Amino acid sequence: MTTVAITGSDLRSFLDGLPGVDRVGAEARAGVLATRSIKTTAKRWALDMAISMVDLTTLEGQDTPGKIRALCAKAKRPDPADPTVPTVAAICVYPDLVHVAAAELQGTGIHVASVATAFPSGRSSLEIKLADVREAIAAGADEVDMVIDRGAFLAGDYRLVFDEIAAVREACGDAAHLKVILETGELATLDNVRRASWLAMLAGADFIKTSTGKVSPAATLPVTLVMLEAVRDFRESHGRQVGVKAAGGIRTAKDAIRYLVLVNETAGEDWLDPHSFRIGASSLLNDLLMQRTKMATGRYSGPDYFTMDS
Amino acid sequence: MPKFEYAPAPESRDVVSLRESYGLFIGGEFVPGISDETFKTISPATEEVLAEVTEAGQADVDRAVTAARKTYEQTWSVMPGKERAKYLFRIARIIQERARELAVLESLDNGKPIRESRDVDIPLAAAHFFYYAGWADKLDCAGFGPDPRPVGVAGQVIPWNFPLLMLAWKIAPALACGNTVVLKPAETTPLSALLFAEICQQADLPPGVVNIITGAGQTGRALVSHPGIDKVAFTGSTEVGKEIARTVASSGARKKVTLELGGKAANIVFADAPVDQAVEGIVNGIFFNQGHVCCAGSRLLVQESVYDQVLASLRRRLTTLRLGDPLDKNTDVGAINSPAQLAKIRELSQAGEAEGAERWSPPCDLPEKGFWFPPTVFTGVSQAHRIAREEIFGPVLSVLTFRTPSEAVDKANNTPYGLSAGVWTDKGSLILWVTSRLRAGVVWANTFNKFDPASPFGGYKESGYGREGGRHGLEAYLDV
Repeated sequence: MTTVAITGSDLRSFLDGLPGVDRVGAEARAGVLATRSIKTTAKRWALDMAISMVDLTTLEGQDTPGKIRALCAKAKRPDPADPTVPTVAAICVYPDLVHVAAAELQGTGIHVASVATAFPSGRSSLEIKLADVREAIAAGADEVDMVIDRGAFLAGDYRLVFDEIAAVREACGDAAHLKVILETGELATLDNVRRASWLAMLAGADFIKTSTGKVSPAATLPVTLVMLEAVRDFRESHGRQVGVKAAGGIRTAKDAIRYLVLVNETAGEDWLDPHSFRIGASSLLNDLLMQRTKMATGRYSGPDYFTMDS
Repeated sequence: MPKFEYAPAPESRDVVSLRESYGLFIGGEFVPGISDETFKTISPATEEVLAEVTEAGQADVDRAVTAARKTYEQTWSVMPGKERAKYLFRIARIIQERARELAVLESLDNGKPIRESRDVDIPLAAAHFFYYAGWADKLDCAGFGPDPRPVGVAGQVIPWNFPLLMLAWKIAPALACGNTVVLKPAETTPLSALLFAEICQQADLPPGVVNIITGAGQTGRALVSHPGIDKVAFTGSTEVGKEIARTVASSGARKKVTLELGGKAANIVFADAPVDQAVEGIVNGIFFNQGHVCCAGSRLLVQESVYDQVLASLRRRLTTLRLGDPLDKNTDVGAINSPAQLAKIRELSQAGEAEGAERWSPPCDLPEKGFWFPPTVFTGVSQAHRIAREEIFGPVLSVLTFRTPSEAVDKANNTPYGLSAGVWTDKGSLILWVTSRLRAGVVWANTFNKFDPASPFGGYKESGYGREGGRHGLEAYLDV
């Protein structure tokens, strides 16, 4: 971890000195990669890889322990009719429901991720944010998805954002991986996405994540492209491989495969692994399963042949 | 073995129905050539013979020019602009409707990746017809005086790098202004022009407005020197362009001429450039269409302070380029169009090595059949090297460095050509400073190889004269 003595102005000049991102060019590149045609064996491989990268998520006011248990059952055995389907990477829930998921998933290797730090807005004191994190970890979370203070970031107070991330990183200790949600829909520019990515990585993030799913736009291909470039460049300069999580708005297998192509041709195949790339989603999993069944049988089954998520 | 191996994803050939042999398209129908001479057109990716095509001789050129003249005088030049527009709109729509067929045919005959023919060539060709259809009844407002008149019969000779798109650049403005045309596609890529002839029939275009004759250099020579031609439009090599200029000048005939010729464009990357997008722009500038692009960014000028970073990023990016079957939807780099072009690219690349530049290509398997050349980067290139001065017209990039903006401009301009250039920087004032000093017809800022029918295109110096595209492109086809 590189939480050395960096002053606020060091941080600012470093982040503002990163090469700019030309939006038109980034969108064009993402657009070209979206035309890649993934068929037959490649599609089969990609569908399974995508399933194994899903952070199966429910973040609703109406969530109950029963809903979480149902989701955990699905995480362990996504398609009851087909034991060859891989398990998902993690379940992602609110802190107060972590204990339910932790009990259900014990010994399965499926991670329990909890959003924290006054998710989704992050508008609370650091004290409360850290308490939120500790509670989630105590309840059994081994991954924490924190949000950054976008207000402070946009106001130029990079130091505050850095310190909060570093404090949460410390609170996570060895018990949990830290995913830092940039909420790119509120950062507005791709230059900001690149700066926030570097800021989070310098402060100790294990993953950088696009969105909470509560703000539109959530994950987009150009934003994810810029984040993948950032983790690629960060590994080159700092030797540490940080993961990327695209969350929100990825609903179809076709979308998911586009993200895998983006990963493959931007950060490279080292990131084609659930340890380094995740997709935060809920309805996506069923579409992946449906496509998988179609590949295996040549036929589409109706939605009633796949279990509902809520 | 890569983790994520993309399975072959070939576009189906079934959409194209090739005839065994093609005649000449004269006076609205396909007719056999008078002399019975033919030649074969092949797929450069596989060397498969695609079709037999007629070699038009002097007598065929006479026939085509006569047909064009007759229709010009009796029908097309006297037809109201709004009526001509209807035909052009109709052609544009048919190109869109038959886009897949045209794209597959173009990739088969030319060797370019289907992604490019599908997403660039064909949509732009349709866009040119739509754009100039809009001008046909508004020529009064084009800035060439009230009721500007057409020139007459245009003789048009186009290259093999963008066969249908170059046809559109030539035919759309000519027809919009009331001219009729005799067009000769390149001998290695005649098929999309012949399919375009069918589209003219389908659109009920009056016979003789568009005439397509096939053949090689001899046919082109006969066409441009024909006394019945009022206007010559040529896109191709500087060498042939000069020959055409000489021919027209010495014939004493009153012919208008536009020439769109070679280039050796500088793509200038400043230290504050958006690096990842600049690298994409470098790749797109020189490896788009295998570098068979007259406005290709074949000379990369990088500011010394970011040279290592840019070159490392570029090399890494090039390792992801996918070379192979042009019909595979995931192919980025297709086949070299002809053995002659391949020989030229090899010869100049060998000269680059011999002159001391360092040659690099990403690991890349070339197919056994067909004509292929790997994406290649030369570093340590100086202004004096042949690969920095001569147009290679292939996937070969020469990298030079500079220290200051004025050095960049001096190096960029230090070429007999002047077709295009590119500038990459986040600083708006630097873009303005540099672009106003570059002697090139098209200058892109933070992008490269972007085309639009509304934007004029053409060269300085040995890159030719006249402009195609936009309002400016009308001038070549009006008697002004």
